[in-house]
Amino acid sequence: MGRVRTIARRTFLIGSAAIAGGAAFGVYQINKDAPNPLLAGDGEATLNPFVLINQDGVTLIAPRAEMGQGVQTTLAALAAEELDVAWEDITVLHGPPAQAYYNSVFLGMAVPGAHYRDTPFKHGLRQQVGKIGKLLDLQATGGSTSMKDYYERMRHAGASAREALKLAAAERLGVDVSVLTTKDSAVIAPDGTAIAYSDLAEAVRDITPPDVNLRDKSTWKYLGKPMPRVDMVAKSTGTANFGTDIQMDGMKFATVRMSPTRNGMVSFDDSFAKDMDGVEAIIDLGTGIAVIASNTWLAIQAAEAVEIEWAPAVYPADNEGLRAAIAASFDAEPNSLVRDDGDADAAIVGTEITAEYDVPWLAHTTMEPMSATALFSGDALEMWCGNQSPTATRDACAKVVGLEPEQVTLHTTLMGGGFGRRGEADFSIQAARIAAAMPGTPIRMAWSREEDIRNDFFRPAAIARFRGVVQDGKAVLLDGKVAAPSVFHNLSLRQTGVIPPGPDASHVEGAADQPYEIPNFRIAGHLTDMDVPLGFWRSVGASINGFMFDTFIDEMAHAAGADPLQFRLDMARAEHAPSAGVIEAVAEMSGWTDETPANIGRGIGFTFSFGTPVAEVVEVEDTGNGIKINKCWIAADLGTVLDPSIVEAQMTSGAIYGFSAAMQGEITFFDGMAEQSNFYDYDAMRMHTVPEFEVRLLETNPFIGGAGEPSTPPSMPALGNALFDLTGTRARELPLIKTFDLIL
Amino acid sequence: MTTQLRINGNTHDVDLPDNVPLLWVLRDEVGLTGTKFGCGVAACGACTVHIDGEAVRSCQVALADVWGDVTTIEGLGTPTSMAKIQQAWVDHQVAQCGYCQSGQIMNAAALLAEVPQPTDQDIDDAMQGNLCRCGTYPRIRAAIKDAAQRIADEV
Repeated sequence: MGRVRTIARRTFLIGSAAIAGGAAFGVYQINKDAPNPLLAGDGEATLNPFVLINQDGVTLIAPRAEMGQGVQTTLAALAAEELDVAWEDITVLHGPPAQAYYNSVFLGMAVPGAHYRDTPFKHGLRQQVGKIGKLLDLQATGGSTSMKDYYERMRHAGASAREALKLAAAERLGVDVSVLTTKDSAVIAPDGTAIAYSDLAEAVRDITPPDVNLRDKSTWKYLGKPMPRVDMVAKSTGTANFGTDIQMDGMKFATVRMSPTRNGMVSFDDSFAKDMDGVEAIIDLGTGIAVIASNTWLAIQAAEAVEIEWAPAVYPADNEGLRAAIAASFDAEPNSLVRDDGDADAAIVGTEITAEYDVPWLAHTTMEPMSATALFSGDALEMWCGNQSPTATRDACAKVVGLEPEQVTLHTTLMGGGFGRRGEADFSIQAARIAAAMPGTPIRMAWSREEDIRNDFFRPAAIARFRGVVQDGKAVLLDGKVAAPSVFHNLSLRQTGVIPPGPDASHVEGAADQPYEIPNFRIAGHLTDMDVPLGFWRSVGASINGFMFDTFIDEMAHAAGADPLQFRLDMARAEHAPSAGVIEAVAEMSGWTDETPANIGRGIGFTFSFGTPVAEVVEVEDTGNGIKINKCWIAADLGTVLDPSIVEAQMTSGAIYGFSAAMQGEITFFDGMAEQSNFYDYDAMRMHTVPEFEVRLLETNPFIGGAGEPSTPPSMPALGNALFDLTGTRARELPLIKTFDLIL
Repeated sequence: MTTQLRINGNTHDVDLPDNVPLLWVLRDEVGLTGTKFGCGVAACGACTVHIDGEAVRSCQVALADVWGDVTTIEGLGTPTSMAKIQQAWVDHQVAQCGYCQSGQIMNAAALLAEVPQPTDQDIDDAMQGNLCRCGTYPRIRAAIKDAAQRIADEV
């Protein structure tokens, strides 16, 4: 435990002042099994993982990484709600990688069955399966899981800490604890005397935090209200520290050039580069090279000057070859048939339509290119990096430099965007290896934008083929097949060396799990065996199927002669009331009529993903100089909205991320390499192309839903369907710029 | 070779080759990391600073070509003494990941210096070089308009 104590101490020293006499509290039930990583040495009574109180005030550990989604603020608010700590007094830290901070939701998502059909029993089963994450030390930020995960855990941490502080105060005052209350970071005696929590830090150390009931929602002061984000002032003044902003004496600056064919190099020649200005060393990383220099820019110049012969890619070298391989997988047996209602092969009389859809490869392009800072000192490695998987990153970095995980101190910094990309440990591992080659020298590694795009873990291209039958204005049959390489298998193989057995539900999420009653409804998932590196991309499978499935629903509505919004509403009402609710809400918000002026088009998109149904209406206008998006109405039902300002921001953010990809996002391959390399050929929405937004948040969903991803999937079909309404041309291929004259 | 720069009111002697972009002088040499690297080709605006009050992409200005006094986000205001535009950013809760916001704020500050009451079209024209992958644009627009009002109210 010695090293763990050291880690905890150092972690705190970064974010707050000295912690002698500190006390921490947490969730007793979880503590029993997952050791508190904050357990510290002499004079430091830290009882559990989430709340630390010392002479300086209250520090909350919010162990989910901040990539912009506001998670640190809302996690802090959850604990603060019960702890009665004044908002301005709170210090929030991410904390060290630890089992205690395991993700208790992630694995439960894999329990078969569409989430909208969850009963309380099924929901409980997901929670039980989720707890296996503890055994795997699975600390991860992603899958829109943070609020589901911590909705109760953080409140319990705050509540038990509050009660322990009251017990300590009762002892000091010689009164019964029942007469004490708490307010603004202090325990209040009946005569009004306030004892600050910081004054009780020493006294509370030996008190076992009691287990208490959580307060009723009706009493909430912080939750359900827009709280000032804890990172806002720093991010508005240039003082927020990302992984690329760490400064240390004697620091050197590094960059890498890794194989864009993702298959290593045949040879390299650095004879010119090594003598360039500022270059200190060039390192052979096996599958690429690293340059260490006195300045990042000088390192990048030298890296570009290294002559490298890359080994050819092991996957088809160009887009046509990749697409052919994906199309060929339709001929093989499906990996999944997770939706198979009725008989999709039945001969049913009605109007039959078929359609094929194509979506492209996509990169994440976080604003901060991959970066990490590392210091290796022989028997210890200290890392600073924005990452979505601290325990796995720590373990992977330890392994490549020949240390035990306990010898690695990992600081999870703010991330300049994540979108799933920073769940990968590749860039952290590189920084660790570079640092290991330069013992004692702090190394700040930054990728160029070109490196960031070419060495992404891509959202795969996909093809879908749908057949539908409509009868009397209603859908009676929907038979769909989706073909793509499996993100989940690709990632599992890379990170664990094995492909999990059974159907890959994430491959068909956004299609097979949609809350529609269609008597004969089948979705088959066909997997393409292909080695292009793939990763989670905001909303994962739903980012693919959301567009393809919902667009086909729109086509069926059109074939049925039905209003597309009413068509969806009728099918959702029978299956899932909250989904019907968001469709009705967005109809009301937008004044939906299915009638638009000649130069205006409107479309609706709907997707249930990550536990949250989201409906969006998009309005487009033909300006005469191209088509622009005027307005987007969004309705979402998260069950419980913990911070309406942050959730509203996530809804618009997710839609803009989706619009960006739908309008113009496309990675193409040539010679086994991504052809795009920077924002001039892989751009996104900007100020002049962003529409006005109106967001309504509903709270009828029986289970708390995710916020970070669910608005991305329906944005793409909503836009495509609006373009169909405007032009009469159906959007069956992304990016839309290939088919429509969009203003970019 | 030493080059002398005036940054946020202070003088710095910089010992780097004169083709090193100002961005990397600020970040790696002077230690002002509030200015961010996003693309290196003036396509994202994350590195925007002011030179003599003009918004420039610091990734495109070589050390030898810095023609005047440099102001970075750290020089605009501090956490305890924010500029009005920074306060507007906080009040509108603009930032998400926050990485592009230094550049957004510096660009917006230059816009307001030139056009004290910008129209939506002015904001579109001035801000479209600044990319935000989190999509904070609606709040950026609102914060700019609010900052314009605050500055006008003060005068």
